[in-house]
Amino acid sequence: MLQATRPARFARPLGRRHLATVQDTPVRRYGGLKDQDRIFTNAYSRHDHGIKGALSRGDWHKTKDILNKGDSWIIQTIKDSGLRGRGGAGFPSGLKWSFMNKPGWEKDPRPRYLVVNADEGEPGTCKDREILRGDPHKLVEGCLVAGRGMNATAAYIYIRGEFVQEAQHLQQAITEAYKAGFLGKNACGSGYAFDVYLHRGAGAYICGEETALIESLEGKQGKPRLKPPFPADVGLFGCPSTVANVETVAVAPTICRRGSSWFAGFGRERNQGTKLFCISGHVNNPCVIEEEMSIPLKDLVEKHAGGIRGGWDNLLGIIPGGCSVPVLPKPKCEEVLMDFDSLKDAQSGLGTGAVIVMDKSTDIVAAIARFSQFYKHESCGQCTPCREGTTWMMNMMNRFVEGRGHLREIDMLLELTKQVEGRTICALGDAAAWPIQGLMRHFRPEVERRITEFRAREGGVLFGGRMARDVDPNLAISDNLGGHLPEVAPPAAQTPT
Amino acid sequence: MLAAAKLARPLSAARLAAPARYLSTSSPRRSDALFVHRDKPYNNPGIPFEFTPENLKHANEVISHYPPQYKKAAVIPLLDLGQRQNKGWTSISVMNYVAKLLEMQPMRVYEVATFYTMFNREPIGENFVQVCTTTPCMLRGSTEILDTVCSHLGGLKPGETTKDGKFTVIEVECQGACSNAPMMVINDDFYEDLTATTTKAILDAFSKGTKPKTGPQSGRHTSENSAGLTALTSKPYGPGEHCVPDFQ
Repeated sequence: MLQATRPARFARPLGRRHLATVQDTPVRRYGGLKDQDRIFTNAYSRHDHGIKGALSRGDWHKTKDILNKGDSWIIQTIKDSGLRGRGGAGFPSGLKWSFMNKPGWEKDPRPRYLVVNADEGEPGTCKDREILRGDPHKLVEGCLVAGRGMNATAAYIYIRGEFVQEAQHLQQAITEAYKAGFLGKNACGSGYAFDVYLHRGAGAYICGEETALIESLEGKQGKPRLKPPFPADVGLFGCPSTVANVETVAVAPTICRRGSSWFAGFGRERNQGTKLFCISGHVNNPCVIEEEMSIPLKDLVEKHAGGIRGGWDNLLGIIPGGCSVPVLPKPKCEEVLMDFDSLKDAQSGLGTGAVIVMDKSTDIVAAIARFSQFYKHESCGQCTPCREGTTWMMNMMNRFVEGRGHLREIDMLLELTKQVEGRTICALGDAAAWPIQGLMRHFRPEVERRITEFRAREGGVLFGGRMARDVDPNLAISDNLGGHLPEVAPPAAQTPT
Repeated sequence: MLAAAKLARPLSAARLAAPARYLSTSSPRRSDALFVHRDKPYNNPGIPFEFTPENLKHANEVISHYPPQYKKAAVIPLLDLGQRQNKGWTSISVMNYVAKLLEMQPMRVYEVATFYTMFNREPIGENFVQVCTTTPCMLRGSTEILDTVCSHLGGLKPGETTKDGKFTVIEVECQGACSNAPMMVINDDFYEDLTATTTKAILDAFSKGTKPKTGPQSGRHTSENSAGLTALTSKPYGPGEHCVPDFQ
């Protein structure tokens, strides 16, 4: 690769090596994580999730020593490990935690909170659930370690209301930790006081957004707040707070114990570490799996999920990071790596690492239309572009499923998504827009085919889905409804051959 | 298909059939449930509600988790507790009682109770069947599961309760068990990896008053690869193993 791009004048005859020789760096294949490097050793709940099992798996081992190393050591370790937030945005965790320790924070009399986001609701995502029910002590210990790092006084774990069994396991873990003296006034005997509380939500996807989660935790409707002020200044109960994903918090103690260089040794530069991936959809054996970051998407699906139903050639597309990221068509699925940067370059995103696989039997338009319905249902209704836009998007997508539309409406829909994107307080508007943009980017011919076929079968359609045959010709109908507009052929047909 | 059902509504018919046209009309907003409370014989502020002594003890313990000036942070857990005590639904009396307990304006409690989907503001059946139909489940056949549930319970539509009051069926959004799709939730428990046959068996067990095994119905334990483990096959490493010298 490197040699091929090098100018010819630098080419040397083979066999003669000079002191300063540029050599090809060996190609590194990612993936193939060994069991000894997996953090969540009880992800499948095959062992005891209680404190006895947790102790035997190395949790709470010398936690006191970690705490005694101090806040700056913990934060530096997390920074060095290259851990990026596992909740979707991928913000560097060490940096985020360090925002809590601004110069002069000691003089601030307010309590300080760590809030753990266990409101896992992104369609396709089921990784935190395995942590909560299999390894709850990792999370509780993570709260203490991360809380010490940001000098927090207490942690609130906001778990989604539907996770009843998971909440029981977590509450059991918290109670056991208090009994064993790991939490409380003198946590682990280190002299540091720390409390962990569990708070159950009541079913709202939007509460996974950090400021909405804070609002919900304060006992209000989960409607996101404007930032600034950022939660690190004014957050939960008006105090400095940091919201972090379950996985991010739960890996912290293991990183501290095994060293930042161990964790940074996995994955590509800037995308280090291990990650829980959840594979769902049209694969032979859907599963949740902890793997190395930067594992090729194809390897991940073939190795751990038993491959696509009907073989790799039966693949239509993959949504690589939960419902908020655009779909990838088959050629891209073959080349992308499962990390933040590679998927961003492919105009998608890692999101939560939820891989939704769709084979050729999928009605891709209906699949994306169902996401639009989901966002319409879950929009909190605070910002107008999102509240109204999600409804419009859903209506248009539902019509496109059967092709009841006008070809020009595809561009109208795209424009609508662009008008919603970036114009709302939180990212739900963006998240509603991206799947549609991804669909049109890669599967536009399919949508056009449906519209053309529907019009050939049923006759003309006005903008908004009204059939031209239903219009009374004696009534004056304004001409901006598309009734008299020429039908634009798909772009491919327009190009001269 | 739900989408198809929505599409079937002729967009133009209503407008053409209307005898009179008004200067400004807007379509009524359809939502999952009505956002206004109307007094009914079974749901009005006159019906008394109070926590049982055990629940009150539990409620006080929950309230103690929050700073004293932010007692209202406990509103969601307390409404949930009230809903559990009140046969699975949150009546206006429950909301008023929680407001009094937390010294909140009742309106603030109503806001919360209408915002979150897990608060049922109408009575539900003895068993609350919630079928997930979001895309990951839809890809694995949740439409068939929903149809099976509805037809097996005697031709219900989502949102309805059976005549004997034993089952209420609703469609819900993603429940976070996507690798175990399709799935449904009955009361508090997840039933995963469903097929039409296992779905019927589960419903039959509930109508007999027994509780079937929760979790995956396919023989899987949790969310591992069903063809055999691809990870975590060896014994988990113990305390201090592989750690840096400081923590060994």
